Amino acid sequence: MKIVVCIKQVPDTKGGVKFNPDGTLDRGAMLAIMNPDDKAGLEAALRLKDEYGAEVTVVTMGLPKAEEVLREAMAMGADKGILVTDRVLGGADTWATSTTIAGAIRNLEYDLIITGRQAIDGDTAQVGPQISEHLDIPVISYAQNIKVEGDSVIVERQYEDRYHVVKAKMPCLITALSELNEPRYMTPGGIFDAYQKELTVWGRADLKDVDDSNIGLKGSPTKIAKASDKVRKGAGEKVTLDPDESVSYIVDKLKVKHVI
Amino acid sequence: MDFTLSKEHEMARTLFKDFAEKEAKPLAQEIDENHRFPRETVDKMAKLGFLGIPVPKEYGGQGCDPLTYAMCVEELSKVCGTTGVIVSAHTSLCCDPIQTYGTEEQKQKYLIPLAKGEKLGAFGLTEPGAGTDAQGQQTKAVLDGEEWVLNGSKCFITNGKEADVYVIFAITGTVEKRGRVSKEISAFIVEKGTPGFTFGTKENKMGICGSSTYELIFTDCRIPKDNLLGQKGKGFNIAMHTLDGGRIGIAAQALGLAEGALETTINYVKERKQFGRAIGAFQNTQFQLADMATKVEAAKMLVYKAAMKKAEYAKNPKISYSVEAAMAKLYAAEVAMEVTTKAVQLHGGYGYIREYDVERMMRDAKITEIYEGTSEVQRMVISGSLLK
Amino acid sequence: MNLEEYKGVYVFAQQVDNEISSIAFELLGKAKDLAKDLNTDVTAVLLGSEVKDLADKLAEYGADKVIVVDDPELKVYRTEPYAHALSSVINQYKPEIVLVGATAIGRDLGPRVSARVATGLTADCTVLEIGDFPLQAIPGQEQKHNQLLMTRPAFGGNTIATIACPDNRPQMATVRAGVMQKIEPIKGAKAVVEEFNPGFTPDHKYVEILEVVKAVTDTVDIMDAKILVSGGRGVGSPENFKILEDLAEVLGATVSCSRAVVDAGWKPKDLQVGQTGKTVRPNVYFAIGISGAIQHVAGMEESDIIIAINKDADAPIFDVADYGIVGDLNKIVPKLTESLKAEIAAK
Repeated sequence: MKIVVCIKQVPDTKGGVKFNPDGTLDRGAMLAIMNPDDKAGLEAALRLKDEYGAEVTVVTMGLPKAEEVLREAMAMGADKGILVTDRVLGGADTWATSTTIAGAIRNLEYDLIITGRQAIDGDTAQVGPQISEHLDIPVISYAQNIKVEGDSVIVERQYEDRYHVVKAKMPCLITALSELNEPRYMTPGGIFDAYQKELTVWGRADLKDVDDSNIGLKGSPTKIAKASDKVRKGAGEKVTLDPDESVSYIVDKLKVKHVI
Repeated sequence: MDFTLSKEHEMARTLFKDFAEKEAKPLAQEIDENHRFPRETVDKMAKLGFLGIPVPKEYGGQGCDPLTYAMCVEELSKVCGTTGVIVSAHTSLCCDPIQTYGTEEQKQKYLIPLAKGEKLGAFGLTEPGAGTDAQGQQTKAVLDGEEWVLNGSKCFITNGKEADVYVIFAITGTVEKRGRVSKEISAFIVEKGTPGFTFGTKENKMGICGSSTYELIFTDCRIPKDNLLGQKGKGFNIAMHTLDGGRIGIAAQALGLAEGALETTINYVKERKQFGRAIGAFQNTQFQLADMATKVEAAKMLVYKAAMKKAEYAKNPKISYSVEAAMAKLYAAEVAMEVTTKAVQLHGGYGYIREYDVERMMRDAKITEIYEGTSEVQRMVISGSLLK
Repeated sequence: MNLEEYKGVYVFAQQVDNEISSIAFELLGKAKDLAKDLNTDVTAVLLGSEVKDLADKLAEYGADKVIVVDDPELKVYRTEPYAHALSSVINQYKPEIVLVGATAIGRDLGPRVSARVATGLTADCTVLEIGDFPLQAIPGQEQKHNQLLMTRPAFGGNTIATIACPDNRPQMATVRAGVMQKIEPIKGAKAVVEEFNPGFTPDHKYVEILEVVKAVTDTVDIMDAKILVSGGRGVGSPENFKILEDLAEVLGATVSCSRAVVDAGWKPKDLQVGQTGKTVRPNVYFAIGISGAIQHVAGMEESDIIIAINKDADAPIFDVADYGIVGDLNKIVPKLTESLKAEIAAK
């Protein structure tokens, strides 16, 4: 079985969010990490590899620095890494990103493609389903459990108040939830091996069946009209009182605000 | 001279830090309080190869350099000194001598499961009457047919009751050198469960309370003849050389403790307010922190340099890293004690309370000035090299 | 692409088990505003099996027209037949705007359809308005009028971006649930109902549903609650949520929770507030034993009044709380429940 996992390097918005004194985001101070949903997708692929045997290829699109997440993925156990990087690919929205990644994946053999549900910087959840459309294969989003049965996958697909057990013929694309699993750690030796492995770097010219009008900033149907950092609501009062005083404090506030 | 860590080392640090934060830190307070060995953490580390970092891959290890290993102990010790020393004693004091002095059969039988973490290792040199003075040994080994018979006891043994494989030193005779008679010491590999090998009292310690420190007792304990480690009579050299490596591990532990205390304190002084402002706004606090950070950085340089010297030794056994290891351990241990003490002071009353991590860190730091050669022994090693 | 051909504001009227989801009504409410600005009308697209009867309900909430695609293949949501149906409707009717709920269905259907009809899609919008793009005229660049300006948070709610789709039609957005206001239903309102069936031929993209497993829940949807009593990891155990439930009962409130609680298996996912859970904006939000990770805060910071109880004085929740109490929830919450009981009884 051949599995392609799409991953993205993102700033760590979880816990590591740093603010400038004016309340805006200090992007420079934030760590770059492998997107959590993508890491769960990678872990799912590695578990399938452990169980059924598979070759796992990780693909990322980004700046040359994104090599780091490919190395990390290989240190966890991925077999190959492909970095898609080119200045003409910059500024892509989800449409142009999905056409680009689909163009890269067309060069590969695959039975299964796994992406994270969404990235923590954009939170769109769009790229996975869009890739599947470009490749004309079925998609199962929001996977909370994945099994392989013959030439099919059986996936628990999460909804708000239920889940569906869905069977799809491979090749297909699955988007993974971070709840899917607890990703494994790298190993020390795996890290050093990962840096010895060859990394494939592809540019625009390596993308298969992709029109220039569908890539990068120019190929993005959506355009940013305005972007600003949200200044967070300031802190209100903070008090340290004994339990009885705390209770009367809260009750008073609820009265003042006509809640009771 | 290049002070930049490679990308591999940076990523390894991320791994160790991530593991320490998620797995070791949540247990640190509880295992300290209950004097409980963190078996679950050891099992997790075993799975990830943390118990065989500098051991070659053909012997089940990770094939990394001593610096990667030192960074592992450092990051673990930042959040939990106990977890740091478990790895250090296992790797430096048990895997390392078997890797260096063991026969191929011994490596196959013992080193592979140790490096894979299937077994845990320990080291028995110290005796009630022989601490700094290793020549004061009383434990004896006598060859009887195809077996060595061990009698005597070892004390203060880290990983004591939790280990499976022990490197044990014992007297195997006397040697006469220039008219002076001295004890001949040899090294042995002893497995847990060998008849005649039992455990004495568990030590109730000031710090590193989660580590298992026991007395080992040998009463007519018979081990196979083939379990002699290295040449007969070379035990003293094996012990001293093993401790050179061990000191890098302990130096890394001390460094980690100091760094952990410094980080904790930096966060604390930003938040703790007195006289209407954060205590970090007071110049006394700032200057204290500046001194602490500078010493931590200096200690780090010494520890990393010693680790890198040990990597050179791996390529060329003529190179000695004994002095570098002694300097790293001496300095890092004293910095650990100083920085953790200051950290407690900057925490004020809270620093004296068990709920706050710096209290534990200060207790954990003290041992780094004592075990695997006290600071005084390190000074002897260093000055000895200056005046030879 | 002749952009002028595209007319009308369309809403994907999500139904599950032949019951229209609340998000459909919210979208209709917003669509009405947008249609007014554009001087056009609102069309609901209703996909399902035996769903025609639901059209009147959509009319009551503001649909001028309802396009119904009724086919057995659409009985339970599956990506391919739904994507085929919605993209066929788009190709046939050429709407200028298509709104889809940012639900577990919409966030799958939306991107698949947008890729099929080759247009942009903006995810998880919280504000939609009609305006110019670029916002200010730039010399030498055409300023387009009557564009859909879609505003959405990103970076875990730390940044806000306004996005347009000036050169492609339709302009598509998924819209976060609980953000748009539905209108007061107009009883007896009728819409023009048009049936359309593009024909369904199962192919390799059709998946098979082996089982539908519903999570049992008897609680009010936390997005509809006026008062939420929300617990985090600090509550300590699933059993200890009892003290929060007691407080909620006195106040007529609903219990919700943080992600940590769901991850620990203490509470079901549909009670989770936050970025990967639900966005709530109740009148009062009690954050009890919740540290206030940015992902959580992103889902509740719009609440009118936030009251936080946490023993850690440095917990980030205090940065957004209107009233923060540093203390032990186990001591405060039961007493608060008793005290409120007495207050309410006295009235």
